[in-house]
Order: sequence, then C-alpha cells, then structure tokens
Amino acid sequence: MAKGSARAALAGGGVPDVHKPGLRSKMWRYRWLYLFMIPGILYYLIYHYVPMFGLVVAFQDYNLMQGVTGSPWVGWDNFKAVFESPDFPQLMKNTVILSLYRLVFGMLPDLVLALMLNEIRVRWFKKTIQTLTYGPHFLSWIIVYGIMFSFFAPGSGLVTTFFRDMGWGNVDVLTNSELFRPMLVMTDIWKSTGYGAIIYLATLASINNEQYEAAAIDGAGRWRQLWHVTLPGVRDVFMLLVILRLGSILDAGFEQVYIFLNVRVYDVGDILDTWIFRRGIEEMNYSVPAAVGVFKSVIGFALVLGANRLAKRFGGSGIW
Amino acid sequence: MPYIFKKSIPDRIVDIVIYAVLAVFGLATLFPLYYVAVVSITPYTEVLRNGGFLLIPKTFTWDAYEAIFTSGVVPKALNVTILITLLGTALNLLVTTLLAYPLSKKFLPGRNAVLMGIVFTMLFSGGLIPTFLTVKATGLMNTIWALIIPGLVSTFNLLVMKTYFESLPAEIEEASKVDGCSDVGTLLRIVLPLSMPIMATLGLFYGVNHWNAYFGGIMYLNDRDLYPLQVVLRNMIITPSVSQELSVPQSQLSSLPPESIKMATVVVAIVPIIAVYPFLQKYFIKGMLLGAVKG
Repeated sequence: MAKGSARAALAGGGVPDVHKPGLRSKMWRYRWLYLFMIPGILYYLIYHYVPMFGLVVAFQDYNLMQGVTGSPWVGWDNFKAVFESPDFPQLMKNTVILSLYRLVFGMLPDLVLALMLNEIRVRWFKKTIQTLTYGPHFLSWIIVYGIMFSFFAPGSGLVTTFFRDMGWGNVDVLTNSELFRPMLVMTDIWKSTGYGAIIYLATLASINNEQYEAAAIDGAGRWRQLWHVTLPGVRDVFMLLVILRLGSILDAGFEQVYIFLNVRVYDVGDILDTWIFRRGIEEMNYSVPAAVGVFKSVIGFALVLGANRLAKRFGGSGIW
Repeated sequence: MPYIFKKSIPDRIVDIVIYAVLAVFGLATLFPLYYVAVVSITPYTEVLRNGGFLLIPKTFTWDAYEAIFTSGVVPKALNVTILITLLGTALNLLVTTLLAYPLSKKFLPGRNAVLMGIVFTMLFSGGLIPTFLTVKATGLMNTIWALIIPGLVSTFNLLVMKTYFESLPAEIEEASKVDGCSDVGTLLRIVLPLSMPIMATLGLFYGVNHWNAYFGGIMYLNDRDLYPLQVVLRNMIITPSVSQELSVPQSQLSSLPPESIKMATVVVAIVPIIAVYPFLQKYFIKGMLLGAVKG
C-alpha cells in the first residue's frame, strides 16, 4: 500500500522498521478504528471478563450485603459441599445422559434429512421442504412448550383426548419421568433438524461432481455412490460437529430443559444448569451454585480443548 | 442432482419413499402450528359439543384474542418486547459493526490480541452466577437495559461480520482513502452500503433472539409491567387460572376454554416470526454459509 512503500523508500529499501516510533504513529493514524472498537471491547471486558473474576464467589460464603470484597472466605468448603451432596451424582448423571441422547438422536436426523434433500431433483419441492423444516428453529422453547401443551395437556390435549376416546387410558407425557428425556429429544428433533441439516447440505453441495462420475463409470449404483462418495464427503464435518458437542457435554440444553422441567420429573430432568439456576438465581444462595458453575466452566474448558485436539487428529482442522 | 445412474424400478421406489418421508416431515412441521391456531379460535360450545378440540371447528370466535388484547397484561408485554427487539437490534448491529470493522483490518496493531481475547470468551465463561452479579453491580436490575446490554455482542455474529468485511475487495477502500476519505467516511459511505446483506442477516438473528428473550426477563426483572412477551406467555401456559394471569374477571372469559386463551397468546408470539420469515430465509442461507466458511 502507499504508506508501506513510502516507508520502504525512506529506509532506503531495507528491512522495514518495527521500532516504537513506527508503532505509535501507526496507532495514531488508525485512531478512529481504535475508537470504533471501544464500546465492543468495554462490553466484553465488563460482561465477560469481570464475571470471570466473580468466580471467587465460589470460594466464599457470599453475602449480598457484604458483596465480593466483604464476604468471608471459605476456601474449598463449597466444593466439598457440592461433591458430598446426595444430589450431585444425580445431576451429573442426568446432564451426561441427556447430552449423549441429544448427541446421538439429534445429530443423525440432521444428516439423514440432508441426505434425503440432496436426492431431490424437483427444485421447488426441495426448497419448500427446506424452508418449512428450518422454520421451527426460530421459535422460542416457550412456544414449543405451548404446542406440546396443546397436544398433551392432561385434560384437553389433542393426543390426550384421542387416547381417551380410543380407550387407551391416560397418557401423561409432560410429567412422566420415563417419558421426559425422550420427549425432550423428540421436541429438539422437531425444532432443530431442519436447521442442523443446513451445514450438511452445504457440505454435500461442495462434493466434486467428478467423483460421482468416476464412481458411475466404475459401475456404482445409488447406494454404492452414497457409501463411497457422499458419506466420506461429509465425514469430516460430521466428526467435527460430534467432537464439538462432546466438548460441551455439560451443557445439556439448559433453555429447553428449564422450560419443560417440573417438580415431578426432577429425578431425570434436573441437570447441572437448572440446579444452578434454581438454587442461585431463584433461591438466592449464591456460593454453592457458583462452585458448581466453576466446576462446569473448568471441566468444559478442558473438554473443549481436548475435543479440539481430537478433531485435529481426525484430519480435520479443529476450530483454531 | 449429483447422482449419475440409470434409475431401475427399486431406485424409483426409493425415490418415492424419500419424497413421501420428506413431505410427511414438512407437514409435521406445519401441523402443530395449524392446530395451535385452531385451538385459539375455538369457542367453548364447540369443545363441549365434541368433547374436545376438533381439527376443523364448525364455528369459530375471535373472543380469545379480544380477551388478551383488552387485558392490561399482554399488550404491555408486547410493547416491551417490540421495544427491546427494535432498540436492542439497532444497538447490537451498531456495536458489532464498530467492533468487526477494525478487526477485519489485518494491518491494525493489536488486532490479534483483541481477537484472541474475544474468542476466549467462547471457551470459558464466569458462569451464570458471576454474570448475574455483574449485571446487578452495573445497576441494570429491573430495567429494560438488562435485556439489551448483557447480550450486546454475539461473538458468533461478530466473527461472521468480520469475515464478511474481510471478503470485500481491498481496492474499494483504498480508492476511497486515496480520494482523501477518512476512516469514518469510508465505513459509512463505502463499506456499509455494500454490507446490507450481512446487516440484514445478522439483524434478523439478533432480532429473533430479542423476540424470544425469556431468561433475562426472569432473572433481572421484578416489575411485572416490564415482563417481555415470552415470560407472560410461559406464565399463561402453566397457570391454572387464566383470568388471574390476565387480571380479567372470570365472568368475561366464560365463553372461552382456557386453552383457547393460552393458544391465542402463543399465536401472538409466533405470528411476527412467520411474518418476518420470508425475509429471513432470503438472507439466511447466505449468512449461514459465511459462518460455515469460518467454522
């Protein structure tokens, strides 16, 4: 650029100068750009980095009156309370099981939908189905809950009345521990499959046509082509997504779970985040939930790093 | 499209199966929305006559909508949500753009440090409680701002915008600099008009997010008058007493099954999204692909 060549000329065409005076004048030159960044950087500092320091609350017996600086220090006591609590194993179990359910039963429909859409030659049909199926992604979980309510409400739900009319007895989907996890997964499939399929569709569209032609010449029919060309083409993206989801296994979809959770299904549905939310925000006992939060953040961070390393081993490129 | 093979009979059958399954899936997406709308317009007389809700009611009524719109609660919540959606999205786009534009300049000293600092927040966070306490400490409790400021910039959206700016040809900006345009001017007069697609996409992402805002509402708001629509909606669905929720005497609601009123509220929450959806999906695929390129 103009500036660079001017400086090179001044320096006699030698190695560019990287000393302080150059830096300062550069920063002055771009002062507007720095100014632009200030609101955003302030935001990240205050609402992302300051809370990181708030982790100390996990090591205190936090009192709202005394605040962070005044509350007494209790070291690892909160963590001890967490790990010795009878609730904790249950919470961990629920969290991990739900995450794994969502991973297995959530990711496969996405891929299958994409594969099926990929087979469609009638363009308007493909577009229509696509547009319809990724719509629910933009609805809130509360709306989804409302829909489930209209179908499964104990008295008047569409399905409930149907079952009753058929003499099949009372169906109790929303408050039944056995059905809770499957119900969460099914509603998640309804809401997220169309959207999740998009990334696979993009990947599928980028598979080189020549590969299909070569396979056809070798005599491969539809299924052979699927196995040898299509699936390998999406393998990397799929593995990457699996690994990323494993990295966030302790987040089992808090928003959805919270909206659907009720006291009668706590034994299967209460996950780490809903427990933290209930104890911390609703009941205003900050210290112990904060300790659980620290546990989650630290383990989660380690998992994501590990997941990224694993992604690289699979021949992908990780996230960075 | 990609497959190159002669279709034998079994292949054609598979095709039919695929089309059928996809059609069913498409209908499965639509049907719940249809049913919710039907319930919202079904009067009690229909329910009593049929022992439940019919898929195609013989009579219908708009009373449920009249009830919720004349109550104080729903219109207030609607106003709050509309306000935070418009104001919030505007601020989101403003701050995100101001942050993304400089970060897209590879020659800017300190850029990498700032980027790393921002990406780090995607990996590690203080957690729910410390964030809550921070919002409290910054005086946002019980104000509209608690629903706007804590989510002011979405890192994902920021990265997408940055990638977009990076994809713009450098010559355009250089030409404007040569013409003596300042950084501000270049941004406003050259870059922004070229960035309308990304602004539309991210604006819609941010906007839908604000429309669906719930947890901010229950965490940070005490004043019922400030509750956004989703909070009111959830309370409506799980309440045993709709009349109490709406602060409307039961006598006014006697011709309506409570489900109608609940579903009418659901419809109110869905309709704007459906209205915006055609625009959403026009820009949306482009936006997603940009994000996918980054990812």
